Amino acid sequence: MTRLLGRFGLVIALAVLCAALSAARPSFLTLGNLVNLIRQISINGILAVGVTFVLLTGGVDLSLGSLVALTGVAAALFAHPGEYPVIAPVVAGVAAGALCGAASGAVITVGRVAPFIVTLGMMTAARGLALVASGGRPVSNLSPEFTALGGGQVLGVPVPVIVLAAVAAAAWVVLARFRMGRHVYAVGGNENAARASGIRVGRVKMFVYTLCGALAGLAGVVLAARITTGQPNAGVGYELDAIAAVVIGGTSLSGGVGGVGGTVLGALLMGVINNGLDLLNVPSYYQQIVKGVIIVGAVWMDRSQHKS
Amino acid sequence: MIQAKDISKSFAGVPALAGVSLEIRAGEVHALMGENGAGKSTFMKIVAGQLAADSGTVDSGGGRVAMIHQELMPFLDLTVAENITMGREPAGRFPGTVDRGAMRREARELLARLGSTIDPDRKMRGLSVAAMQMVEIAKALGWRADAILMDEPTSALAGHEADLLFEVIRDLRRRGVAVVYTSHKMDEIFRIADRVTVLRDGRSVATHAASELDERRLIALMVGRELTSQRPAGGAARTETALSVKGFGGAEFEVRKGEIVGMIGLMGAGRTELASAIYGLAPGQGEVRVNGRVATIGSPADAIRHGIAMVTEDRKGSGIVPRMSVRENLTLASLGAVSRGPWVSRAAEAEAARGQMSGLAIKARGPEQEIATLSGGNQQKVMLGRALLARPEVLILDEPTRGIDVGAKTEVHELIRRLAREGKAILMISSEMPEILAVSDRILVVREGRVTAELDPRTATQEQILAHAMPEAG
Repeated sequence: MTRLLGRFGLVIALAVLCAALSAARPSFLTLGNLVNLIRQISINGILAVGVTFVLLTGGVDLSLGSLVALTGVAAALFAHPGEYPVIAPVVAGVAAGALCGAASGAVITVGRVAPFIVTLGMMTAARGLALVASGGRPVSNLSPEFTALGGGQVLGVPVPVIVLAAVAAAAWVVLARFRMGRHVYAVGGNENAARASGIRVGRVKMFVYTLCGALAGLAGVVLAARITTGQPNAGVGYELDAIAAVVIGGTSLSGGVGGVGGTVLGALLMGVINNGLDLLNVPSYYQQIVKGVIIVGAVWMDRSQHKS
Repeated sequence: MIQAKDISKSFAGVPALAGVSLEIRAGEVHALMGENGAGKSTFMKIVAGQLAADSGTVDSGGGRVAMIHQELMPFLDLTVAENITMGREPAGRFPGTVDRGAMRREARELLARLGSTIDPDRKMRGLSVAAMQMVEIAKALGWRADAILMDEPTSALAGHEADLLFEVIRDLRRRGVAVVYTSHKMDEIFRIADRVTVLRDGRSVATHAASELDERRLIALMVGRELTSQRPAGGAARTETALSVKGFGGAEFEVRKGEIVGMIGLMGAGRTELASAIYGLAPGQGEVRVNGRVATIGSPADAIRHGIAMVTEDRKGSGIVPRMSVRENLTLASLGAVSRGPWVSRAAEAEAARGQMSGLAIKARGPEQEIATLSGGNQQKVMLGRALLARPEVLILDEPTRGIDVGAKTEVHELIRRLAREGKAILMISSEMPEILAVSDRILVVREGRVTAELDPRTATQEQILAHAMPEAG
């Protein structure tokens, strides 16, 4: 009941915001702007969907921004024109991300080190790896087939938007309909109870960190394709935007409650705010302040709703 | 000294206290009696100001009230002296600093008043439970408490340690301190209490001078009727062994099909550890056989695969997933059975959930109700249902009626007997002797992780059980 109400609250907030923006700036409610808006949130959206799984188990992943850079570089290295088919850079990026995620997951489950620490380490190490692999310079000269993944369109819909939609839909199915999804909620809701119920908690955690890493890899591929370079310095701070979207979407940081639907709404809300502040010509420094206030405010409202 | 009037309190819609009034006089030892779940701990926490009542007032006349919890909550990595002076550390010469010398002296003096010689510089972590309790009492003295509430202070104490505690309580009484005391041990009440108040299902039933009561009357007040031994006749022939256990530091026993084996021991006797080791929840070295075949168990997942299911003791900590629905909680240990590949079949799951809800008479608005909003008794039935859906041969129940009301308790007992009749082998751990005596077919007494006696519930007495459960008098 409260969960439904929370979801509705977010939809209402989104609707009110959109209505206000279209009243203030008629250019907001144009197809071009809306498509552009969703394209802008696609990277953050893909990351947020991945980290939703991690947060649902009560964990956290701080390495996403660095993984975006590392996997973007990894993809770009395989994306020079005439070398490999276009699937190669995609696989390279996603695999690199999954590998890093699995490494974090292994240390978290086997070594019982706090996810905050492990993924903080991964954040630093992956950034270093990205710099090593690229020699510290952007990897450019990428094939047009590859860059189409970021800049292309299918039937007028930008490819990154299609990727986000597919990822979100698949994630929803896993969380809402698969055994693994139920296990994710159980581990986050009460890890001891999950273990006592015969759930292999370690495997569940390995799954979420690996998946989150793989999706970071996908986001890295899309980003590299869009900016037509593998940038070892890309993605700084992306993990926090992703976590913000998830939390605004109603997923509890302590795990067990939430879902992908809320995460997509949360990412949309952040996108609308960004877009709206741009349209209203708010200087970018002030935009950051507004965003910060909104993140805290949204979660505060959500909390007070649950209390009553 | 303390006047509590019309105290009511509910948790998630379940009333724990309904209009309890109580007057506590200075210099008396007032025993608060009642079954588990009668509301004793809740009432104490409200009087101590640690929990807000929904309605009603507590007037302590400006006196200080301290509470010593059943589960002690010391700062394990701080020293005895730091624990005793926590929150009112003697100030040092410079602002914000602590005078460690004064702290140590004060701790030593307070402990001396209790006849204790614990070193104030020791870390709490290394102390025995009895010693920690002394520290807690010293802390309460340090606050110059006018009333000290003790929630089952002797549940973890050996006999001579309890005697020492009673000396302390008598001394406190002489100083005019009011002591409110709960215990399950009848003899203690008559040794130490001046007055007795009985709580039942969140209501205050009666207050009497201890001298006006005897054990039988007191039990009748607590339970609400004279307890008659209500053992049903023995079940079907029980010959096939379902579970046999060997090892785990000196345990060797069997549970036969259709048999209920009751395992009893004092708090900390190692019963839960033993059961957890069998179930793969805790490490342990031993051999487990199910239906004669060796079961290699490294985790609960293995145990379930081999036909062992367990309902854990700590319903909140390792039982319910609070934000999940009754349905999701029920099928948590048997999702594989209601899934096709990775997909959970919603129809099969709903059917399984409905089956258990009606079979166990779980009272909920429906399978989608959040489990946290159910009463303790119904939550416990969901836990039982979860274990049953895993289709076990062997069912381990750790304190199956802890913290649930009397009515639900009887229901759970009936369920356990029914499951045994249906052929399940049941190992039931309980701290409540009446429960063990009433439900089990065979009693195992555990002390320090070892089975020290096997008794027949038809002939065993509480004294006999205690004698085997208590550590050798030292």
